Amino acid sequence: MTGYSFAMNPSNTIEALRSRISGQETTARATAEAAIDAAEKLNATLNAFLQIDRRGALRRAEEIDAGAVAAARAGADGASLLGVPIAIKDNICVRGLQTSCGSRILGSYHPPYSATVIERLQAAGAIIIGKTNCDEFAMGSSNENSAFGPVRNPWDTSRVPGGSSGGSAAAVAAGIVPAALGSETGGSVRQPAALCGIVGLKPTYGRFSRYGLVAFASSLDNIGVFGQSVRDVAAVARVIAGRDPLDSTSADVEVPDYVADLKQVEEGVRGTRIGVPRSLFGEGLDEEVRASVEAGLEAYREMGAEIVEIELPHAKYSIAVYYIIATAEASSNLARFDGVRYGFRAEEAATLRDMYRRTRDEGFGPEVKRRIMLGTYVLSSGYYEAYYRRAQQVRSLLKRDFHHAFESCDVIATPTTPTPAFLLGEKVDDPLAMYLNDIYTCTANLVGVPGISIPSGLSAEGLPVGLQLVGPYWSEGVLLRLAHAFEQARPLGARPRVRAFE
Amino acid sequence: MPITESDIEKIAQLAHLEITDEERRAFTPQIAEIVAYVEQLNELDTSRIEPSIGGLTPEGERTHAIREDAVRPSLGQELALDQAPDPASGHFRVPKVL
Repeated sequence: MTGYSFAMNPSNTIEALRSRISGQETTARATAEAAIDAAEKLNATLNAFLQIDRRGALRRAEEIDAGAVAAARAGADGASLLGVPIAIKDNICVRGLQTSCGSRILGSYHPPYSATVIERLQAAGAIIIGKTNCDEFAMGSSNENSAFGPVRNPWDTSRVPGGSSGGSAAAVAAGIVPAALGSETGGSVRQPAALCGIVGLKPTYGRFSRYGLVAFASSLDNIGVFGQSVRDVAAVARVIAGRDPLDSTSADVEVPDYVADLKQVEEGVRGTRIGVPRSLFGEGLDEEVRASVEAGLEAYREMGAEIVEIELPHAKYSIAVYYIIATAEASSNLARFDGVRYGFRAEEAATLRDMYRRTRDEGFGPEVKRRIMLGTYVLSSGYYEAYYRRAQQVRSLLKRDFHHAFESCDVIATPTTPTPAFLLGEKVDDPLAMYLNDIYTCTANLVGVPGISIPSGLSAEGLPVGLQLVGPYWSEGVLLRLAHAFEQARPLGARPRVRAFE
Repeated sequence: MPITESDIEKIAQLAHLEITDEERRAFTPQIAEIVAYVEQLNELDTSRIEPSIGGLTPEGERTHAIREDAVRPSLGQELALDQAPDPASGHFRVPKVL
């Protein structure tokens, strides 16, 4: 160990790490080794990692150190993530490492290629230290649906970290890495970010390439970024954003310099109109969460923002729309897991059809089966019009709601989640109650707009609460700037009990 | 119309899932409850609303996403079979189809 600390220590932001490595005050190897030691040590408690790649990460770090010496002699600036350790959710392909998606059906599957976002991170000098635990095929809000055991929340290990990207969220919250990638279909980055007291960004649909992300629901899936600070999220987002010819849904839209744009903190807030849909702050919203979000809005007002009331008349239908569209698309996407080309195959099936059915029975967990069946049902003959088509129509109404709302405000603020982190096992037998966790987040996926969750405070029990900002298409820069201003004005000032460094 | 255990069995077959009796008993009320919940969409008049197909933004719609129709290197047989549970002589082997 080199004795440095990532957690809550401003000298260990991505920018500080990079400049110390490129300035040879420390090495990429020492940095990677400290992160890997911490990941291994805390895994017994948190179960955040499914694979830790000590050998590959250290080899890569040594190459970077050798290159950094050469670059320093040549007087060059290093790449923007030079030597920065990063963790990756185990549904994003990294060549040489496993991609299990938290499922027995893939197990130790090793993809033959890397996702575009991984290629971009590595080209910028990042070091992938391992693959993080998640709900099976990203289906869940608590991480209890992983075939490899739940992740625990670093703030209170009797509680869930949120899901589905719970391992990435816990790894960042515990200070093992400054940033990590997750994915989200209905809130699987923002929700665990809120529950773990860190920053989580879901981009506009089409902003980050999804080539190499295992598909769950293709019209909703996004890769997202976790960071200990907004600046770190911006540093990673800047590297991975932008058009990729390998993903036909990635859009050709210019990517601003998210990091440089954080500079205008004051101007970033003054005059900004923050829309608040208070009619959604009703049933199911925890009082402490409500109070924390209201206090957050007050902080924005003090910084010069204008708080305006808005209505999103169809947002109350979003969970219903979401669970029809997401399960329908999942039932189609997950048809490829059949025991033929990769992954697990059930033994001793006499016919091909038996082999399919047994492989999928033994390979998938209960939540995945439930969603495949729900999706199969809503798409089945005689029901398609009543469920799937109607859900897509209500999705149009939701888009219209957001379009109207953004005529009177620049961003929309809500709680990220209705409650702070709940207990492990609390909702495991009640799928519908679990789904309602996504009430504030899944609308952004249905509409395709970006959203960010930032820590707004702690509950009386010391659990983090998240404030969510949602903006129009391609407004990631605005969201990051507003989140950065909030972070400066109202730093969380507390750290989780389970953490990598003092 | 409430969802019955035999509906669940039929859906499982359509989805190529073999579920146990225990799973069928557990899934039936859970899926029935979720379906009842999503039926709240019926209170909206959507007769004149175009469905939103896919997730693309207007800029995404405008993005030219068709590549040139040119031969490019691909994985190749060896690598494509590398993770197969039962490869044989350069093919994916499966149990008999009929």
